[in-house]
Amino acid sequence: MIARGIKQLRRAFDEGETTPEALVDEALRRIESGDSELGAFLHLASEQARKRASDSTLRYRAGNARPLEGIPIALKDVICTAEMPTTCASRLLDGYRPPYSATVVERLEGAGAIIVGKVNNDEFAMGSSTENSGYQLTRNPWDPSRTPGGSSGGSAAAVAARFVPAALGTDTGGSIRQPASFCGIVGLKPTYGRVSRYGLVAYASSLDQIGPLASSAEDCAEILQIVAGGDPRDSTCVTHPVPSYLAELGQPLAGLRLGLPREYWGEGLAPDVASSARGALEVYRELGAELVELELPHTEYAVAAYYLVATAEASSNLARFDGVRYGVRKSAEGGSLLEMYKATRHDGFGSEVKRRIMLGTYALSAGYYDAYYLKALKVRSLIRDDFLRAFARCDAIVGPTMPDVAFPIGAYVDDPLQMYLTDIFTVTANLAGLPAISFPCGVGGGGLPVGLQLIAPAFAESLLLRAVHRYQQATDWHHRVPARYAE
Amino acid sequence: MADERIDLEQIRAIAHLARLRLADDEVEPMRRDINAILGYVDKLNELDTTGVEPMTHVAVERTPMRADEVREQRVIERALGGAPEVSDGSFVVPKVVG
Repeated sequence: MIARGIKQLRRAFDEGETTPEALVDEALRRIESGDSELGAFLHLASEQARKRASDSTLRYRAGNARPLEGIPIALKDVICTAEMPTTCASRLLDGYRPPYSATVVERLEGAGAIIVGKVNNDEFAMGSSTENSGYQLTRNPWDPSRTPGGSSGGSAAAVAARFVPAALGTDTGGSIRQPASFCGIVGLKPTYGRVSRYGLVAYASSLDQIGPLASSAEDCAEILQIVAGGDPRDSTCVTHPVPSYLAELGQPLAGLRLGLPREYWGEGLAPDVASSARGALEVYRELGAELVELELPHTEYAVAAYYLVATAEASSNLARFDGVRYGVRKSAEGGSLLEMYKATRHDGFGSEVKRRIMLGTYALSAGYYDAYYLKALKVRSLIRDDFLRAFARCDAIVGPTMPDVAFPIGAYVDDPLQMYLTDIFTVTANLAGLPAISFPCGVGGGGLPVGLQLIAPAFAESLLLRAVHRYQQATDWHHRVPARYAE
Repeated sequence: MADERIDLEQIRAIAHLARLRLADDEVEPMRRDINAILGYVDKLNELDTTGVEPMTHVAVERTPMRADEVREQRVIERALGGAPEVSDGSFVVPKVVG
């Protein structure tokens, strides 16, 4: 049932073919039997989920079901939940329970969705493989020797294995789109400010966005419809009207201009990725799209600018984890406050988090601020201007999400810089604040999924969802399920 | 060496600013990693950014305003509930003043 998609599930509930109770039971059964290998879930809220499912079942019977009534959803563990632990996959927050839930959680639950648990990620969302979790490895459902990507690796793996129809993730430099690409599902990073971040544990505040991961564009639209929109509790969340994403899904693509940046289609792409992505362009041409070649000339500087901006912001945001207000404290008897801070952060943070705090602190420190942080902000302007120029000639930009398919676990463990470089096609959308989506468009080496990315002007999520929906009506890559998780 | 951008002493100073203790055997690997990343980000110096405004935030809309109203919030007990050590409605820290 899980693989059916939200609209069909709602219909099945309405027609009495099944109930939210039965569906949640199915989700929990799938997780209990499959997750010991996959490692997606950090916390499973079985009892709460079953209780809410029985309420949802009653609502269908009473005819007052809400838009996501009875739909099981998983949350990346950087999103605060008052009723469940929130660890950010960090040992520093072991067992931490926030005093309130994030706005996105309130909105999902207010729409009848059932949060079944919290899923794994790279510690504080810092990483591209979910290997930086302080708790466990998450494996790629297509090949357990490979990573699911990251940092929203648990969200992507749980959806790809059809444990849940949808999950929320967060994307600071590609952390929704990259794991979606590696796991063969759809992941949408909305425009900066489109979705409230109240209750999101901040990594890099000028880049972070919450967004949906699901098997289809239609299901991403169902989730975005509920979570998007202004929030008085987050002043960076914009009040720009939320369109009806679902109503616009069916609009034709005739005349859509897709921009192909030379920098995204050149050397450095794995051959199987390049051929799958080119195949998808043919489909778009048949759907009536026009392909426009163009340039985003500052692309090669994006990773450098991103890692300076993101780590500078991280070094500031993570100062709050000091052993005073949250989580775990480490201190020697009679030790000073300063020693307590340092010991807590030494023991609580993993090596990637420490590396990024160090780099960010350095980039902001006296004597280096202008050379690193300020320089990166200026290059960020140039990258944004590249997009503004490109969008004068096209409606959306298209290219592979990642240069290659999912990499083996441990591939970059001794070389963090090489892993950073794989983010080349995803970080630009965050730097410019633009919405972007990744969706499956083929199969590469070892049967691993290949993802295609579309990037659009600010607030054009509707166009992205429609473009992927139309593609998915013409193809069936999104229906593929890893053999070991097929029903 | 020409490609050494940061030394062990600087790493220790930055760790102190970041309130991070680094064990003795963690200092050199950290220096090596940070040095490699700084070597890579030097690439930004290929670009002439004279006259380019820094992009400090994503300006998509003016910051929305709301009325400044007092609302009752009963979160203190719950906020304290997540802390390692509390007493009498306060967070407890090691003694600071002698």
